[in-house]
Amino acid sequence: MECSVKSRVKVCSICNHKRAALKRPKTLQQICRECFYDVFEEEIHRVIVDNQLFRPGERIGIGASGGKDSTVLAYVMSELNRRHNYGLDLFLLSVDEGITGYRDDSLETVKRNEVQYGIPLKVVSYKELYGWTMDEIVKVIGLKNNCTFCGVFRRQALDRGAALLKVDKLVTGHNADDIAETVLLNILRGDIARLSRCTSIITGEDGPIPRCKPFKYTYEKEIQFTYAYFKKLDYFSTECLYSPNAYRGFAREFIKDLERLRPRAILDIIKSGEDFRISTSTKMPEQGNCERCGYISSQKWCKACVLLKGLNRGLPKLGIGRSRGLNTVSENGSKDTTKSNGVQSIESKQCGSLDF
Amino acid sequence: MACASGTCASGCSKVNAQSSTVDLPGPKSTNLTCLKCKVNTTIASGGGGGIGDSLRFCYSCFRSNLYGKFRFAVTANAMISPEDNVLVAFSGGPSSRVALQFVHELQERSLKNFEACRDRSLPVFGVGVAFIDESAIQQASSYDFDKAVEEMKLVVSNLSPPVKKFHVCPTDSIYSLDSNDGREKLNELISSITDVTGKEDLMEHLRMLSLQKIALDHKYTKIILGTCTSRIACRVLEATVKGQGYSLSADIQYVDARWETPVVLPLRDCLQQELSLLCSLDSLKTMEVFNGLRSGINGLITTFVKLLQEENPSRESTIVRTAGKLTPFHFNKLPEDDNSVSILASRRRQKKYNLQQNEAIPLNTFCSVCNSPLKETDTKTSESNGNGQISRSVLAASCASCQFQILPKEGTLLENFCSLLPPPVTERGKACDHNKLLQMREQIQDCLLSDTDDET
Ligand SMILES: [Zn+2]
Ligand SMILES: [Zn+2]
Ligand SMILES: [Zn+2]
Ligand SMILES: [Zn+2]
Ligand SMILES: [Zn+2]
Repeated sequence: MECSVKSRVKVCSICNHKRAALKRPKTLQQICRECFYDVFEEEIHRVIVDNQLFRPGERIGIGASGGKDSTVLAYVMSELNRRHNYGLDLFLLSVDEGITGYRDDSLETVKRNEVQYGIPLKVVSYKELYGWTMDEIVKVIGLKNNCTFCGVFRRQALDRGAALLKVDKLVTGHNADDIAETVLLNILRGDIARLSRCTSIITGEDGPIPRCKPFKYTYEKEIQFTYAYFKKLDYFSTECLYSPNAYRGFAREFIKDLERLRPRAILDIIKSGEDFRISTSTKMPEQGNCERCGYISSQKWCKACVLLKGLNRGLPKLGIGRSRGLNTVSENGSKDTTKSNGVQSIESKQCGSLDF
Repeated sequence: MACASGTCASGCSKVNAQSSTVDLPGPKSTNLTCLKCKVNTTIASGGGGGIGDSLRFCYSCFRSNLYGKFRFAVTANAMISPEDNVLVAFSGGPSSRVALQFVHELQERSLKNFEACRDRSLPVFGVGVAFIDESAIQQASSYDFDKAVEEMKLVVSNLSPPVKKFHVCPTDSIYSLDSNDGREKLNELISSITDVTGKEDLMEHLRMLSLQKIALDHKYTKIILGTCTSRIACRVLEATVKGQGYSLSADIQYVDARWETPVVLPLRDCLQQELSLLCSLDSLKTMEVFNGLRSGINGLITTFVKLLQEENPSRESTIVRTAGKLTPFHFNKLPEDDNSVSILASRRRQKKYNLQQNEAIPLNTFCSVCNSPLKETDTKTSESNGNGQISRSVLAASCASCQFQILPKEGTLLENFCSLLPPPVTERGKACDHNKLLQMREQIQDCLLSDTDDET
């Protein structure tokens, strides 16, 4: 796919009229700016329609972190809702972990988005939900295990915020790169149950609030660089202060290398994820409800409640680490035990990254 | 440090960040005694290299453990029965060298049993060895080709009794004998593929076709490959990255009977590192005739898996174990031959490792280029491209991956490409599984309208 060395101006390969301004990351087509917006947005529209993500009249919560993915998502959702008359009531939903300085700035971004797109914003805070801010938690437990907290708490906070807003669904900004990475990570970890579900565009239909990913087939590069750059969308770089490993993991690096060699590899990985022959008997553990707070949980108490109990009792290590410490013996008789170190370096999004 | 169970940023990816890792005593253990027998000193302590198994086991425990994995794979899957005549594919590399060695030892043992047994009821299986000469399409490494082949001959002849036949077979032999332009056609075929990964994948497929041809010509009943865990781990990621998630489970099982001669992988549970170690400990001579370097996407994956394996020595096994949980195909099991006494005997040993096979055999269609099973919904390819009969049928029955990385996009180029394909590929569409076609016809018979009904 070498560009022929010609001095004349490249013309957009879609409209054959305007000057090509970019090489589209997904297809390497040379297209103009306007055509890029068109195909970018129309592709997402097709994904929404083909997968019947929404029904008219639904209330939809947009997980908004202030980061690039969710900012572009908020923009595209409001745009498509208007253009194609989805008839949706949109809401921005943000979580305030209580990280001084850092979160304040990203929340400012979300507040500006509220005004720009005219979508009402709801902010739920760790402080009001759990009685602790992230800053306070870090003060007690140090920087070492804070990821456990921000992960567990944020997921639940989103669900609780969604319940308060009485939304029917949550949309998150997970893009094609994220999903491809998840497919690979589940293979690398041997997690067949998650492998079978991680490419689903809608998840948690059995849970309190289903989540869907309109960006399932949207390349990160197209969201991140081109789109945000051209449209000058207002977003905040969400690199977490407390993230101990703010570097990209092996798997993400690998995906970027693949993309360079063969852009369609990202879509191919997702296709593989959808096509794997996994028998339907590989199910996730039974979900019940937490006896303390009622949140879905496979244990007596949900993870958040266990962590909170530890925090409140001054035993912050409680609930950190593995809950199902089962040792299994594999075919060749070697003993499988779990260790949590050494794994983090293969994945990219550390918990500290506050993008949803 | 790691998010033990958080679902922070990336939803499904984050949960269960712990991987199952084999907890092997690391290099830190100053113990020089073998972990298994607790008597002998470890291999490493004798100066035999200092990684992995050599730090844990003594020589004899290491060897019997490795041979044990081979033997278990063979018996649990009934890979070799007494009346078999097996063909071991030998590339000159360590994996296939060990496969050859172990098959020989197995044969030696059954010969001893045969001689010891008075009624001599169970015959001893035969073994042949094949080397595919790819010099027509691959650069030979600096290693002198003729010298290497001489050395291979020596290796094979030293592995006797029983005597083993050695076949050196050029790739272009897959073209029919009466056409002496096979080599040219082959060259043109390979060089017409622009994608380096696609080129490499087709070459690998042609290697399999060559082995199949030898097996057919010389009446071998099984083909034994030295494919090890490490190679399969790469294969898992290769297929995933190329969008072949559906067909992946066909390629990574102990048995692959979709071919005319079934293919078996007795070293499926052995790591590359272990096989190389055995070669060096036992002074098994290896000769890399063609540099095994992988390129394009495949090369990237090899590097990635190597990195992962360094980060965690059980990673390759975990990858293969994940893929092993995918549902295999009906042909990942040796066809049952009910008249055979020996199969019955070996079936007893199969126990639960046998694949359950209650449901009717599903009908699969296969990619006309790479022979991978096709997902039904993917076979509705456009019939517009290409004018010729062959190109149309090749295109219509090829997988998305082959269409992308192997087949030319443009009509006349595709036409030319298809005319260069060797007979085993072009005939696959027509004759590959005649029985299956008949079976299918039977099943749909009652739904078919006769020509006379058609007009009503
Ligand atoms: Zn244009
Ligand atoms: Zn975190
Ligand atoms: Zn709870
Ligand atoms: Zn020992
Ligand atoms: Zn194919």
